[in-house]
Amino acid sequence: MLMFDFIPQIPISEAVQWLTDWITNTFSFIFNPIRNQFGDFMNWVADRLYDIPAIIIILLVAVAAFFVTGKKFGLAVFSLVGLLLIYNQGLWEELMYTFTLVLISSILSVIIGVPIGILMSKSKTAESIILPILDFMQTMPAFVYLIPAVAFFSIGMVPGVFASLIFATPPTVRFTNLGIRQVSTELVEAAEAFGSTGSQRLFKVELPMAKGTIMAGINQTVMLSLSMVVIASMIGAPGLGRQVLSALQRAQIGPGFVAGISIVILAIIIDRFTQNLNKGN
Amino acid sequence: MPVIKVENLSKVFGKNVKQSLKMLDSGKSKEEILRHTGDTVGVNRASFEVDAGEIFVIMGLSGSGKSTLIRLINRLIEPTEGHVYVDGEDLATMNKENLRRIRREKLSMVFQKFGLFPFRTILENAEYGLEVQGMDKEEREKKAKASLDLVGLGDYIHQYPEQLSGGMQQRVGLARALANDPEVLLMDEAFSALDPLIRKDMQDELLDLQTKMQKTIIFITHDLDEALRIGDRIALMKDGSIVQIGTPEDILVNPANDYVERFVEDVDRSKVLTAENIMKRPETINIDKHGPRVALERMREVGLSSIYVTDSKRNLKGFVTADDASDARKNEIRDLNEILRTDVPTVTRDKPMQEIFEIIHNTPVPVAVVDEGKLVGIIIRGSVLAALAGEGEVNVNV
Ligand SMILES: Nc1ncnc2c1ncn2[C@@H]1O[C@H](COP(=O)(O)OP(=O)(O)OP(=O)(O)O)[C@@H](O)[C@H]1O
Ligand SMILES: [Mg+2]
Repeated sequence: MLMFDFIPQIPISEAVQWLTDWITNTFSFIFNPIRNQFGDFMNWVADRLYDIPAIIIILLVAVAAFFVTGKKFGLAVFSLVGLLLIYNQGLWEELMYTFTLVLISSILSVIIGVPIGILMSKSKTAESIILPILDFMQTMPAFVYLIPAVAFFSIGMVPGVFASLIFATPPTVRFTNLGIRQVSTELVEAAEAFGSTGSQRLFKVELPMAKGTIMAGINQTVMLSLSMVVIASMIGAPGLGRQVLSALQRAQIGPGFVAGISIVILAIIIDRFTQNLNKGN
Repeated sequence: MPVIKVENLSKVFGKNVKQSLKMLDSGKSKEEILRHTGDTVGVNRASFEVDAGEIFVIMGLSGSGKSTLIRLINRLIEPTEGHVYVDGEDLATMNKENLRRIRREKLSMVFQKFGLFPFRTILENAEYGLEVQGMDKEEREKKAKASLDLVGLGDYIHQYPEQLSGGMQQRVGLARALANDPEVLLMDEAFSALDPLIRKDMQDELLDLQTKMQKTIIFITHDLDEALRIGDRIALMKDGSIVQIGTPEDILVNPANDYVERFVEDVDRSKVLTAENIMKRPETINIDKHGPRVALERMREVGLSSIYVTDSKRNLKGFVTADDASDARKNEIRDLNEILRTDVPTVTRDKPMQEIFEIIHNTPVPVAVVDEGKLVGIIIRGSVLAALAGEGEVNVNV
């Protein structure tokens, strides 16, 4: 070790700092409108959700759970009781914010992740470039993403979504790639032999075959973005996470526990929903 | 003009293709090339033509390059060298768009494990080839239904593949391939995944369909019995090369080399050889000219105990035995008609040897081979046995 001491410290941190500053300044004409418009949009969504009477949402979710699980009562009852509990604890507004964040970051993750996964499955070069990036994205501690998120988008929901995108998109990309590559050669050959174009092969054969795998990836993405949304409360994202954070800061175990339980309930409902949507088809 | 013409078609899998091709040129074996360059020779300079309406079977052991060859024909695998002409158009060099057109209009494929789309109904599966052509729903449903009717699955159109047995699934595969009315069917071990009885049925059904539809079929199998049953011609592959092309009889009777000979050794020859392969030139007498005395004379000459009788136009009339003829001579009978026996065992030229074997067992005289009433040959027990044993002379191209 000692023999390397003569090498001066390489200024990685300075370089990254400089790069982030540069990006922030140079692209502020992109970041600022995104922060404003997109932030407004998210607030609008959360407000509209909050406008709907809680009981209606709770009932709708319970009924949907009943049908999604193949007319079983388990998830329906759980949703009903769980959501009523959250409401009862006065966390309904926070729940709506958290849900909005999860919903929008998941949708964006899927919109971005699936095409990238498709690209990877079609090109060995793309795969060999993107895979290490995904590994990097997933092993980097999630908190680190908060820093550029703040630099680019200041604080609030938008940087939360940004951090969540980086953190939660990889599973969708990976599983899409995997799902398409797993389609049996005979089926791909069948598609080709009958004269399919590239996009016919993709949409008529590969994506339908890969659907189960892709949905498993999306399920993971949704779960990860939920966990990120909680972390994102540190940079001012509203919602249940913020309750946990403030309870932590004030060492109030009671409120912290209640907010934590609410997140768990939401997580279970979302998880079962996405899983069953997948199975149903 | 042949429908399919394959010319010097080669496929080398690997990274040192140029070097491998050179080694092929200098006659190096697949093994040597693999050891030296790490490349695998899939197909080595295959050339053949397939005519319209022909069932051309490609057979060989596992790894001999059959699947690679059939995939080169519709360019699912890019050829390393050579040409594939479909109706005179070279597939190997054409652009993607033309390739798609040929695949859509002229070539269809049937797969070993059926290659059906599990998330589509039987009808939707059969429609696939028409759907990608952009045909509208009504029309393609009609054609797909007709095609499914043809293979006897008209009642199952709304089921999913997994609900059907293997044999039925392969019928769907066949229906899908037939739906766009291609000129050529490419079938890669299409029946290999089926159990033996169903397999026989499918072979019969294919032959049936073939008499109706007259497609050009390239059929791959590693099963010689199957090849002999359905093939008009058979190509035998070894290590990527075609070692012999011929009719089933050619292959059995004149194996081109040791490899082919070993391949055909086990085959049940009785199923393949027919009357005309084993018949001999008949000794006859003419009922219009000859009497018992000549008959007796002729039988003595060649050492037979009976002889066939025809008229001047070689129409078969019956036979006479040596005993009857000598009695007749003693009794001064001049007319052969009086001692003529007409309970003649006859077969046609294409009677399988297996059935001849049963006939010849129960009759004292040689079996007569007739063609529209005319005597064209006789079969004696000895030549049947010889042929069954795979020896003795057998007539090819009679
Ligand atoms: N994609 C590929 N990459 C490398 N080698 C290949 C590839 N496909 C086939 N081969 C090789 O080419 C040779 C011919 O294979 P092919 O699949 O055509 O044989 P086959 O006669 O169809 O055998 P089987 O009866 O087992 O189906 C084999 O040595 C095989 O290992
Ligand atoms: Mg094969």
